[in-house]
Amino acid sequence: MTTRGSMQKQTVFQSRLLPYLLVAPQLAVVLIFFYWPAVQAVIQSFLVQDAFGLSTTFVWFDNYRDLLAEPGYFNAIVRTFVFSFLIALSSLSAALLLAVMADKPLRAGPFYRTMLIWPYAIAPPVVGVLWVFMLNPSLGILAHGLRAMGFDWNPLLDGTQAAGLIILAAAWKQISYNFLFFLAGLQAIPSSVIEAAAIDGARPARRFWTIIFPLLSPTIFFLIVVNIVYAFFDTFGIIDTMTRGGPAKATETLVYKVYQDGLLGGNLGGSAAQSVILMVIVIGLTAIQFRFVERKVNY
Amino acid sequence: MVERQKFGNLIPHVILCIGVLIVAFPIYIAFVASTQDTATIANGQMSLWPGPHFLDTYYRTIFVGSSGTTREPVAMMMFNSLVMALMIAVGKIAISIISAFAIVYFRFPFRMSIFWLIFITLMLPVEVRIYPTYKIVAQLHLLDSYAGLSLPLIASATATLLFRQFFMTVPDELLEASRIDGAGPFRFFKDTLLPLSRTNMAALFVILFILGWNQYLWPLLITTRDDMQTIQTGIRKMIASHDALTEWPVVMATAILAMLPPVFIVVAMQKLFVRGLVETEK
Repeated sequence: MTTRGSMQKQTVFQSRLLPYLLVAPQLAVVLIFFYWPAVQAVIQSFLVQDAFGLSTTFVWFDNYRDLLAEPGYFNAIVRTFVFSFLIALSSLSAALLLAVMADKPLRAGPFYRTMLIWPYAIAPPVVGVLWVFMLNPSLGILAHGLRAMGFDWNPLLDGTQAAGLIILAAAWKQISYNFLFFLAGLQAIPSSVIEAAAIDGARPARRFWTIIFPLLSPTIFFLIVVNIVYAFFDTFGIIDTMTRGGPAKATETLVYKVYQDGLLGGNLGGSAAQSVILMVIVIGLTAIQFRFVERKVNY
Repeated sequence: MVERQKFGNLIPHVILCIGVLIVAFPIYIAFVASTQDTATIANGQMSLWPGPHFLDTYYRTIFVGSSGTTREPVAMMMFNSLVMALMIAVGKIAISIISAFAIVYFRFPFRMSIFWLIFITLMLPVEVRIYPTYKIVAQLHLLDSYAGLSLPLIASATATLLFRQFFMTVPDELLEASRIDGAGPFRFFKDTLLPLSRTNMAALFVILFILGWNQYLWPLLITTRDDMQTIQTGIRKMIASHDALTEWPVVMATAILAMLPPVFIVVAMQKLFVRGLVETEK
């Protein structure tokens, strides 16, 4: 069986019109709702409109310069990266621990597995609602516990606590996803490798760090990228239901800022520049992911 | 097990139980809260055991709606979410499978350019193009419509890629055989490719349905009418800015109802779900 350019069959149908008709629906959606808006954002990001929207001037990178000079935007960049790092780290470590445990031959294994994967299906705004209820300073059940322990819990006023709340809820939701991929990664490690190490006298902890962990590294790397993408984009619903970016913008990420600034209207060029920067970040992350996928194929 | 453990499997059991508790606790609390009355919860006197208000809270939530800012019954929101999720899932699968069919089984100018155009949309999630897309949807008069909710999300690089990869593994003999039988592209697609793709389509459907049901940012932007709310945007509007005005049992019942369909799918179709998840992420 040979394939030409790895992309197509040797035997194909002959038709001039039909293939275009078949790709037309997807192509129409892609051009109208993906490329057209993306191109508009790029063009808009180089323009400045006067206060009445009557004339526009081409200003090169002025919008970007203004944006990056704005302390609020710079803070949002730093905040987004810190959030991503903490969400990925806490969620990945919790999930790895659970996956290593669930990989052991336990009779209740399938039960634990099912109980651990289903939160994947819960939407971010619902996750936000669940946690904001438990940690609501006046009526939340966990907030009472914190108060009882003498902790001054008030995320409505304290920005650091609000940020902690978002990170906690976002990491909690992502445990299921990470658990699933870690478990699949662990199950793909041949048991002969681990047995050989055991015969050589390596204790379980040593076996984990010298054999299992390195063999898991493709999975870990893949999950780091996925978790960063998740923290950048999918936390929007969590933030919007829990803190709406507050208090005093302490939980405003880049995506949340695009949304908020856009709602206020006004600076079209600046808003477009924000979108373009996000596009560049997604392109970067996707490129990293694909480089990794290629390496995985070579394994 | 490679060696005998001193405490048997005690440690894994303990850790996994803690994990399950952490994962399940918020949902249990949501359920318990949905069965108690508003005043008890507002006073911070919530019990950890289910209360007596299960039936009336859920009846009110589903058919009447909260007395907060949104008055639409949740049944209406769930219907909107369902329509949107089905349109997104079915739409993505349908337009992707026919594009993949064209790209694999035909030779035509710009074939590869079209493939790349579809592929690159992977890097244009709705979050990076929200306002320009909003403007186009507004110009097309699609605000507050099911088409507006689903069309801008319906292109799928992953699904197209998945079907393309799958078609590449379908033996050429099948095409030759069906040609000898005098079948054209339509019959080959319908009688050979579609039946072979059934499992892939099902796995993809499970993932895409959950994805569609859980959409939030897009519906939030383009729906303004109360009767076009999805359950995800509706739940946020039930939380009043002042604690005392929020009907928490209704909010929590809505949260439970919002997670019911996707969680049911994950648990009931676990195999398909895992397969879909792993395949779409490749």
